[in-house]
Amino acid sequence: MNIADLKEGERGIVEDIVHEDIPLKLVEMGCLPGNEVLMMQRAPFKDPICIKINGSVIALRKNIAKRIMISKI
Amino acid sequence: MTKVKDGINVAVVGNPNTGKTSLFNALTGLKQKVGNYPGITVEKKTGSLKLAGGRKAFVTDLPGSYSINPSSADENIVLETLLQREKSNQPDVVVVVADVMNLKRNLFLLSQVMDLGFRTILAINMSDQLEKRGIEINTRKIEEAFGCAVVMISTKKRSGLKALKDKIQESHQHAMPFIFDLEHQDKEIYDELHKIFPEASSYQAWLCLSQLDNIRILRQEEIDEINRFKSNHRTDIKSIQHKETIKRYRFINQVLKESYSRKIENASGLKERIDRIITHRFYGYAIFAVLLLLIFQSVYSWASYPMDLIDMWFAQLAQLARTTLPPGQFTNLLADGIIAGLGGIAIFIPQIAILFFFIALLEESGYMSRVVFLMDRIMRNFGLSGKSVVPLISGTACAIPAIMAARNIESWKERLITILVTPFTTCSARLPIYTIIIAIVIPEKTFAGIVNLQGLTLFALYFLGFAVALLSSYFLNFILKFKTKSFFVIEMPELSRPLLRNVGQTVYQKTQAFVVGAGKIIFAISIVLWVMSSYGPGKEFKNAEQIVTEEHKSEDGNLENKIASYKLENSYIGIVGKSIEPVLRPLGFDWKIGIAIICSFAAREVFVGALSTIYSVGDSDDNIETIKSRLEREVNPITGHKMYTLPLGLSLLLFYAFAMQCMSTLAIVKRETNSWKWPILQLVCMTGLAYISSLIIYNLLK
Ligand SMILES: Nc1nc2c(ncn2[C@@H]2O[C@H](COP(=O)(O)OP(=O)(O)OP(=O)(O)O)[C@@H](O)[C@H]2O)c(=O)[nH]1
Ligand SMILES: [Mg+2]
Repeated sequence: MNIADLKEGERGIVEDIVHEDIPLKLVEMGCLPGNEVLMMQRAPFKDPICIKINGSVIALRKNIAKRIMISKI
Repeated sequence: MTKVKDGINVAVVGNPNTGKTSLFNALTGLKQKVGNYPGITVEKKTGSLKLAGGRKAFVTDLPGSYSINPSSADENIVLETLLQREKSNQPDVVVVVADVMNLKRNLFLLSQVMDLGFRTILAINMSDQLEKRGIEINTRKIEEAFGCAVVMISTKKRSGLKALKDKIQESHQHAMPFIFDLEHQDKEIYDELHKIFPEASSYQAWLCLSQLDNIRILRQEEIDEINRFKSNHRTDIKSIQHKETIKRYRFINQVLKESYSRKIENASGLKERIDRIITHRFYGYAIFAVLLLLIFQSVYSWASYPMDLIDMWFAQLAQLARTTLPPGQFTNLLADGIIAGLGGIAIFIPQIAILFFFIALLEESGYMSRVVFLMDRIMRNFGLSGKSVVPLISGTACAIPAIMAARNIESWKERLITILVTPFTTCSARLPIYTIIIAIVIPEKTFAGIVNLQGLTLFALYFLGFAVALLSSYFLNFILKFKTKSFFVIEMPELSRPLLRNVGQTVYQKTQAFVVGAGKIIFAISIVLWVMSSYGPGKEFKNAEQIVTEEHKSEDGNLENKIASYKLENSYIGIVGKSIEPVLRPLGFDWKIGIAIICSFAAREVFVGALSTIYSVGDSDDNIETIKSRLEREVNPITGHKMYTLPLGLSLLLFYAFAMQCMSTLAIVKRETNSWKWPILQLVCMTGLAYISSLIIYNLLK
């Protein structure tokens, strides 16, 4: 399961990330293993999505969101 | 940047939208633009301030950055400033500005800055929000853990600024510790790096290696050595960066556990509900469309009353000049050329101010990033990014800051396309031309009681600008073959009630800059035009009176007008104008319009002023009239009818909608793309498109 699979209002915990796949910026903004993500809003076609992570709300595209694996809580 | 030796260099860095520019303004008394959008500041600006001991500090405001590792052009400026090698330009003190809500992420950047070996002060901004959000911060614990000075400030309430200034002065004296020992985990890399950069700190050296492509400060032999090192050792830079990030956050989490607590997780429920609606997959777009409609409609309708007032003032001023000065060519120049030309700009102050007001409001409320979020998917079809919306919207004010705003688009291809198409949006310099031509050639009709035909035409021109911008993006997306990763992350700052102080300041500053800038050019061009049109080379000019009187012997009555226009045709400007007329004839333009177009090549807003100067010289009439009525009175010498007909009007409108008539934009595009290729392409394509579309519309309607 990845972040893009979450529905609005659902939460998950980031699992191990494959660093080749994910832009460093996202990791530095707090997309780190063990952190909680909350799906805030999805634009039409579920792309881009808006999540809350590490205390801040950020929007990212689906292609990147798909590469961040999570476990749902 | 020149600097007196006994000042302290202070660099202000921090995450986007934490209030760096607000702090910079508060410290230096300057008025740089502030707004609730991550990426308002995209270049560095320096100002000075006097510290308590009488010493000077040179404060540099920088773009926001989440990390020292840049992922867009504006963040790159931060890296380059911090790695600056010239001693006199190096920051002596770095103030890291954080905000109380996102402290964790801000401390990440702080830890990187400290590892570079700078004397660092952490300024935690927006302390006015602490109570409301139930946040408690123990600054002493943070100070102990990081070993840097920590000050709580609020630029809104102007608190903590004095303490910060004191810290700036003190911190100059003692060095700060490094907080991470990066060396022992990848020892052999650092050993090599120290050989290449013997004077640099470990983290500086590491950045020279990992950010090799992003920095331009290295000498060629150093670059060669790094490349040699890279080919010998297979270092997985990204993996090390990830490890570094995790390590830093582990430390930060530890510190914050003891020093930071937040009782109320979210802001008010109302804000969240508004946020849901404006980013809604249906209402979101509807609201955005209505907002745009409202903005462009009000530019037309709200502005009309103050515009009439200004128009009247300038007409009165011109009359005053006429009654007090002796009659003659010079008075004509002053009254009909300079005063009318300046009036032609001043009259647009209301429209431009309204436009800037709305744009500032969109940015300061936090709405802009919601639009970016909504539009990203759509814009991608055109090879643009959601972030391109910001340049396209602010391009309706002026293309220059808009093109610079594209710096925070991560992908080079998306950024380049944005830069190339932004000049198509209807900037405020086009408003003077549009408004006057519309007023002359479009009938003043109202449909269904609300839709005004003239207003609708202006709206159509705005729409045309956006449509052509998107269309050209679509083509460029096909033609340009770059392999760049499309990548997009944007933070959504909390919605906030706009600080009117900030909005008002932006409106005032921008409007003033526009008027003063345009005013200067118009003043200069009016004089040059006047001189060139008051003197001529040949016999025809000298003997104009005689020639005209002879030709019209049989007629009686006033020949003065005929003499004046004969003179004008044979003046220097007339000769230049006549020589280019054949090129412009097919578009319906005569040589006078041609001259105005040439004059406005440097800046569009000059067009109306230039025309009024030319008309005033070719006219002996002393009547007081506005530019508009003077244009309406102009007669086409060939047909003998009115010059400004609908076909000519539309031809002019389209010409100005598309033509690249702005030198400063070309200069900015050259700077932003680092090559002449793109501005030249822009100039040729846009002006070509302008010529062809004017040609078609004129000949269709003629
Ligand atoms: N409540 C509150 N808001 C503040 C304070 N300081 C700044 N702001 C707001 O924060 C927003 C960002 O301010 P800026 O000064 O533009 O921030 P910046 O760090 O320069 O932003 P970028 O240039 O985009 O990186 C604006 O909406 C300000 O009005 C403060 O002390 N309290
Ligand atoms: Mg700023």
